[in-house]
Amino acid sequence: MSTLVDADGNPVKFDKEGYLRHINQWNPSVASHIAEAEGLTLTEDHWEIIFLLRGFYTEFDLSPAMRPLVKYVSNKLGPDKGRSIYLMQLFPQSPAKLASKIAGLPKPSNCL
Amino acid sequence: MVLNIINKSPFSHSAFSECLAVLGDNDRVLLIEDGVYAAQADTEYAKTITALAGNNQFYILQADAQARGIADRINHDVQAVDYTQFVELTTVCNVVHSWY
Amino acid sequence: MRHAPYGRSLAREGLDALMASAVFDQDLSLLFINDGVFQLKESQNTESIRQKNLEKMLAALSLYGVNDILVDQQALEQRQLSVEDLSLPVITLSATEIADLFQQQHVIFQF
Repeated sequence: MSTLVDADGNPVKFDKEGYLRHINQWNPSVASHIAEAEGLTLTEDHWEIIFLLRGFYTEFDLSPAMRPLVKYVSNKLGPDKGRSIYLMQLFPQSPAKLASKIAGLPKPSNCL
Repeated sequence: MVLNIINKSPFSHSAFSECLAVLGDNDRVLLIEDGVYAAQADTEYAKTITALAGNNQFYILQADAQARGIADRINHDVQAVDYTQFVELTTVCNVVHSWY
Repeated sequence: MRHAPYGRSLAREGLDALMASAVFDQDLSLLFINDGVFQLKESQNTESIRQKNLEKMLAALSLYGVNDILVDQQALEQRQLSVEDLSLPVITLSATEIADLFQQQHVIFQF
């Protein structure tokens, strides 16, 4: 990932855990790179959640923990997708952390 | 001429009242950070400012008022300044007194 | 919450602690007293001070299951604020009601 550059040609910077240092360096190809490093191939269903998460961050200045993420997805995309199991299938183990990472958001601070 | 800088809310800290008690003629007061709440129109502190405005000039750092959502309700006797004007104020006053 | 936003980091830290507790399904009451009521003032714009916007963060509370936001009516009045000046719907309490509320809690965190 060290060769990745942003729209201005500057190298994209990550922290020790692989989260983006600057949210404005994010773009879909950065997302694909992060996902690949996590062993994920992104589908339309992934992108839907990724863009939704970026919307959450713009609206609330916050990376959500699991519970509010599920509720937000349910409000925006309906109850079928607003379930932990759906998000777990897309982003295994810790959906809030993994999806935030791919969406270029800071690590959720209240996600224990 | 002293520039007094206050960064604490007058509702929970005595810095504002203590400062006004020792204000000399022509001294200036700049409200920054939580100090900006003193300039919110119609509060008891804003009334004190109006009473003193003939002798003293009062300023507020616009960025801090905007952050706190009170930029549109500042007492008319208080002048909004940006960061550049903040620096200018510290240069035209011979003494800067910060209240914490 | 009894401190104004931004001047110190307490408001932000309190909100983080609250959200962390909410994730564990705790039965929570959130009360704003003293200068804490300024956290609820609408129209906050923090771009020029480069801090997180607390008004936006508070808007996420309902997604965290925190629905009742309690406010000291007297603290609002002293600061020339009315409920219409606030960014979220709140329940206002009198001094006596606040005293009762403190008596009912098992644990109290103040920020």
